[in-house]
Amino acid sequence: MDMFYAVALTIMTAATPLLLAAVGELVVERSGVLNLGVEGMMIMGAVCGFGAAFYTGSTGIGLIASIAAGVSMSLLFGFLTLTLVSNQVATGLALTLLGLGLSGLIGEGFVGQPGVKLWSVAGIDPLIPGAILLTAAVSYFLFRSKAGLVIRAVGDSHVSAHSLGYNVIAVRYLCVMFGGACAGLAGGYLSLAYTPQWVENMTAGRGWIALALVVFASWLPWRAVVGAYLFGAISILSYTVQTFALGIPSQFLSSLPYLVTIIALVVISGNRAMMRANTPACLGKPFVPDR
Amino acid sequence: MTGEPEYLLEALHVAKVFGTLRANDDVTLKVKPGEIHALLGENGAGKSTLVKMIYGALQPTSGEFRWLGKPVHIPNPAAARKLGIGMVFQHFSLFEALTVAENIALAMPGDFDLAALSERISRVSKDYGLPLEPNAVVADLSVGERQRIEIVRCLLQEPRLLIMDEPTAVLTPQEADQLFRTLARLAREGCAVLYISHRLEEVKRICHNATILRHGKVVANVDPTLETAASLARLMVGGDIHIVKSARKHKIGDVRLRLDHLNLPPDGPFSVGLKDISLEVRAGEIIAIAGVAGNGQSELFDALSGERELARADMLLIDGTPSGKSGINERRDRGAAFVPEERLGHGAVPSFSLSDNVVLTRHSTDETLVKSGVVQKSGATEVSGRVSTSFDVRKAKPDPEARSLSGGNLQKFVIGRELDRKPGILVVNQPTWGVDAGASATIRQAIIDLARDGSAVLVISQDLDEIFEIADRIAVISRGELSEAHPASQMSAEKIGLLMAGAHEVKEARHAHIA
Amino acid sequence: MRILLEKRSEASTLMAISSPFIALGLTVILGGLIFALRGFNPLEALYVYFIEPLTTVWSIEQLIVKATPLVLIGAGLSVCYLANVWNIGAEGQLTVGAIAGSAIPILFPAWQSPLTLMAMMLCGVLGGMAYGAIPGYLKNRFNANEILTSLMLVYVAQLFLDWLVRGPWRDPQGFNFPKSITFEGWQLLPTISGAIHLGCLFALIAVIVLAFVMGKTLKGFEIRVAGNAPRAGRFSGFSRTRMVMFCFLLSGGLAGLAGITEIASTVGQLQPQISPGYGFAAIIVAFLGRLNPIGVLFAGLLLALSYIGGEAVQISLGISDKIARVFQGILLFSILACDTLILYRIRFLPRHAAAAQPAE
Repeated sequence: MDMFYAVALTIMTAATPLLLAAVGELVVERSGVLNLGVEGMMIMGAVCGFGAAFYTGSTGIGLIASIAAGVSMSLLFGFLTLTLVSNQVATGLALTLLGLGLSGLIGEGFVGQPGVKLWSVAGIDPLIPGAILLTAAVSYFLFRSKAGLVIRAVGDSHVSAHSLGYNVIAVRYLCVMFGGACAGLAGGYLSLAYTPQWVENMTAGRGWIALALVVFASWLPWRAVVGAYLFGAISILSYTVQTFALGIPSQFLSSLPYLVTIIALVVISGNRAMMRANTPACLGKPFVPDR
Repeated sequence: MTGEPEYLLEALHVAKVFGTLRANDDVTLKVKPGEIHALLGENGAGKSTLVKMIYGALQPTSGEFRWLGKPVHIPNPAAARKLGIGMVFQHFSLFEALTVAENIALAMPGDFDLAALSERISRVSKDYGLPLEPNAVVADLSVGERQRIEIVRCLLQEPRLLIMDEPTAVLTPQEADQLFRTLARLAREGCAVLYISHRLEEVKRICHNATILRHGKVVANVDPTLETAASLARLMVGGDIHIVKSARKHKIGDVRLRLDHLNLPPDGPFSVGLKDISLEVRAGEIIAIAGVAGNGQSELFDALSGERELARADMLLIDGTPSGKSGINERRDRGAAFVPEERLGHGAVPSFSLSDNVVLTRHSTDETLVKSGVVQKSGATEVSGRVSTSFDVRKAKPDPEARSLSGGNLQKFVIGRELDRKPGILVVNQPTWGVDAGASATIRQAIIDLARDGSAVLVISQDLDEIFEIADRIAVISRGELSEAHPASQMSAEKIGLLMAGAHEVKEARHAHIA
Repeated sequence: MRILLEKRSEASTLMAISSPFIALGLTVILGGLIFALRGFNPLEALYVYFIEPLTTVWSIEQLIVKATPLVLIGAGLSVCYLANVWNIGAEGQLTVGAIAGSAIPILFPAWQSPLTLMAMMLCGVLGGMAYGAIPGYLKNRFNANEILTSLMLVYVAQLFLDWLVRGPWRDPQGFNFPKSITFEGWQLLPTISGAIHLGCLFALIAVIVLAFVMGKTLKGFEIRVAGNAPRAGRFSGFSRTRMVMFCFLLSGGLAGLAGITEIASTVGQLQPQISPGYGFAAIIVAFLGRLNPIGVLFAGLLLALSYIGGEAVQISLGISDKIARVFQGILLFSILACDTLILYRIRFLPRHAAAAQPAE
C-alpha cells in the first residue's frame, strides 16, 4: 500500500510541471499564437525560482521569481512575434535556445548547492491540486466566460475579431504572458519540488513534451490532465522498472517518454478530420492590423 | 432645435488619403431616417473606404461626420455600434469554429448570457424572415445563412442605420428577394439602410436615393427610380462604358474537355463533395458554371486542374485522353491551362517576381524556360514582357513582385500568362472577381477571342452579368451537383436562381413531369 | 510611444542585406552590456571575445574547423526552413550519422584503406538521412508535427549513443571509460593544412552545390515556392510530401555527414558527448545566413567565433564560456527582429498621437 502511494505520489509530481506548462500553452495556442519557447521559459523559471529561494530561503518567493522569469521571457517572445510580426516558429526556437544558454550562465553558481523544498502535506505539495484547479479554472474561463470566448474568437479569425473592434494584439499579449507565467511556474516546480536542486538543462525536454500534450489534448484543458498524468506515469514507470528489471538498459527506459510522445502525436494527428476541426484556425499566423 | 433633425447621418467633405492615393476626396453623403440609400460605384471607387469610416474602422484624413445633426467622432466600431450603426461586411466577420449564438454574443455589449441570447436570436430571426439555429456551428452553414447571422447580429442591437456591403453578391436571386423584403420592413420601421452595390437593377428596385462615387469623388446624387440602368451605369463608369464584342456566331467543333460522371469526396469537414458531374465543352465554345459561393466551385476547379486526383482516369478526358489520374503538369502538357480564383498565393506567389511567376505554371510546357533542370531567366523575362505588353499590365518597374500589382493588373497577368500559351482548353475560376471595369473588359474579351480561335473554355463564375456577357451555354452548380448546360439564350436570371437553390430538385421535378 | 508597422509594397533588398549586420551590432552592444553587468570592462571583453581569436593562424584554423559542422548542418537546415519544413532535430541526425559512420572502424578495426574512410562518410550520410526520414515519414503519413517529433528523436539518439559507448561499443582496453576505441590512420580524415581537415572541404562543396541548386535550378525554384505559397506549389505541380521528404533527407544527410566528420577529425572516437549543440546552433546559422547557402558559410564562421570567443574569455578573463550560448540566443533574436525591416517600415508614434489613432 505504501509502495502504491509512493508511486502515485511520484507520478503526480512528474505530471504537475507538464500539466502547468501545457495548460498555459493551451491558452496561448487558443488565441492563435504558437510559442515553441516553452522549454526556454521553463528552464528560466527553474533557475530563477531556485536562485530566489536559495537566497531568501522562501519557496514562495522562489515560485514568484519563476513566474516573473517566465513572464519576462514570454514578453520578449510577444514583442518579436506580435509587435514585430517575426516568424513564430523561429522565434519560439530562439526563446528556447536563449533560455537554455542564459539559465546555464545564471545557474553556474547554483550547481551542487542544496535546494529549498516546497512544503507538502503527506508528500502532496500545494501545486499538485493547484495545477488541477488551474485546469478547471482555465476550462471554465475559456468556455463559459465572455473573455474566454474572445480568446477563442481571436484564435479562430483574427481578421473578424479585429473588424468587430477587438484588440487582437492586446488579447494575444495577455495570453502569451499567461503562458509564460505557467511555464515559469512549471520550471520553478522542477527546481523547488520535483528535484529541489539546480542542474543544467534540468527540464530535459519537458517543455517540448508539454507542447506535444497540447496537441494530444486537442486544445481541450481536461484532456491535458489525462495526458500529463499519462506521461507522468510513463516516465515514473521507466525509473521504477530500471530498479527492478536489470535486463533492460536504462537508456532505453529513459527514452520511453520521448518515444511515447512521438507515438501519441502520430495517433492523434493521424485523425486529420478531428485535428482540422479542433486546431485554432489562426495558429501561428501573423497579424498586422491594416489602417 | 425642434423635432427630429432631417438627416440621421451626414458625411461632410470627407477625405481619406492612403499614402499617395486619395481614396475619398471631398465626399458628402446625407442619409435620412427610414430611407434605403444606395452607394454606387465601381470596384475601387471608394465605397468601402467611406463606409469603413462611418463604421469607425478607418479615420478620415479630413472632413466631419454628423449624427442627428450633431458632429460626432467615431473612433472605433464599438463607438459606431453605440451610436446605432450596424454593418454587414462583404467579407463576413464571422468565426467558423464558433456557434451562431457565440458569434453574435461577441458583438453584443453588456451581460454575457448565452441562453437568453439564443432565445432572442431565435425570436428575432424568425420575426424578420431570416431563421437561424443558435447552436449551429458557422462552418456548417451556407453562405446565405452566414449572411443572416451578420444581419441578425446587427438587428439585435436595434440599429438606426444599417450598412450593407454588396449583400446580394453571395445570394441566389430568391434569397436576395427575401433580403429585400426584410430591408423594406426595416425601412418602414424607421431604420435607415446604406446599401452598397454595383448591381443597378436591384438599386432601382429597392432604393429611395442613390449617391454615386467615381475615383473617390461624389459625381451625382439621384433618385434611382427615375433613372435607367444605363444612365446609372454611365454615371458610375463616367461615359466610356466598355463593351465586350460578342462572339456568338463562331464555329463549334469537337468535344475537347469532357467530364464523365465525375465524383470527388469532400476532403475535410468543411468541404463540399462533387457528385456525378458530366459535361462536354467543345472547341469554340464558352461554358459558364454559375452558382453561389461554397457549392463546390473550388473543388471542381481542383478536380479539373489535377490539384486533387480523381478516382478513375476516365472521369476527365482532355482531347479524348483520360486524364483523371494525371498531375496538373501532364494536363498542361496536353494543352489545358488553368486560372484559379485566388490570385495571390494560388495563381501567383506574392513575393516572386513576375518572371518567376511565369516559371510557376509553365516550367513543364515551355522548353525555353527550363533546360536540363536549370531555370532560364531570360526566357521567363521574355514571356513576362510579352504578356505585360499584350494585356496592358501596368507596373512600376520591369519585373516587380506579384504582390505589388493591383488586383486588376495581376489578374490580367495571371490570365495572360496562360493565354500566351494558346491553350486548347482553358478552365478559369472567377475570372474578374474584384477587378475594375477596364481590366474586366480586357479579360472577358481575351477569353472570347480564345474560344473563337478554337479552344474550349470553361468559366466558373458567381457574376451573372459576366456569365450572360460571355457564355454560350450555362450550367449551375449547387451542393456539388451540376445541372445540365443550357444555351445562354434559353436561360434567365430567375431560372438560374432556381437551379442555384438546388439543381437536383429541378432535375427531379422534370423527371416527375416526364413520367 | 507606440510602434507601428507599415507594410512595404515589395521586400527591401537593402534591408535584406544589412539586417544580419544590424543584428550583429545589436548583439555586440547587448554582449558588452552583459560583460559590464558582470563587472568586466566591456571593450576589453568584447575584444578578447570577437577580435583576438582572429589574430593568430592557430585560432583561425580552429575557427574553420569549428565552422565545418555548423555550415554543413546550417546549409541543409536553410533549405528546410525555406521550404517551411521545420527540422529542428539536426542534433539527433548528427548523432546517428556519427554512430553509423563509426560502426565501420568499431566493427572492422583492422580495415585500413582509403575505402574505409569513404565507407565511414557514406554510412554517416545514410545514417543521418535515415534518421531524418523518420519525422519526414511521420509528417507525410500521419500529419504529425515535425518540430516535435524531430526534437524528441534527438533525446532518443543521444540516449542510444550513451548506451552504445557504455555497453557494446565500449573500448575493452579503455579502463571502463564510456568511450569507443580510438580511431587511427584511414579511420580519420586527412588534414589539409594545420588543423584544417578534409571535412572543411565537404562544407565548402556543400555550400557551392546548394547555392547553385537554390539559385539556378528548378528544384531550387520548387523549394522557394513551397515555402512562400504552398497552394501555389500544388498549382505548379510540385508534391508537398516529396518536398518534405527531400528536405529531411537532405538536411539529415548533411547533419549525418557533419557528425561523422567531427568523429573522424576532432573527436577521434565515439563518446557520450560528441557535439556542443552544433545541431541547435546551426538553426541560428541558417537564419543568420538569410537561409542562403553562401550566407550560411559566413554565418557558420561567425557562430564558430562565438564558441571560440567563449573559450577565450574563459581562459583570459575567467568569464564562463556559457556566455557563448547566451550570445547565440541573443544573435538569433536580433536577426529575427531585424528581419521585420525587410517587409515593413517601422514608425514610432508618440503616445498622444497614438491615442488619436483608431483602435482599429
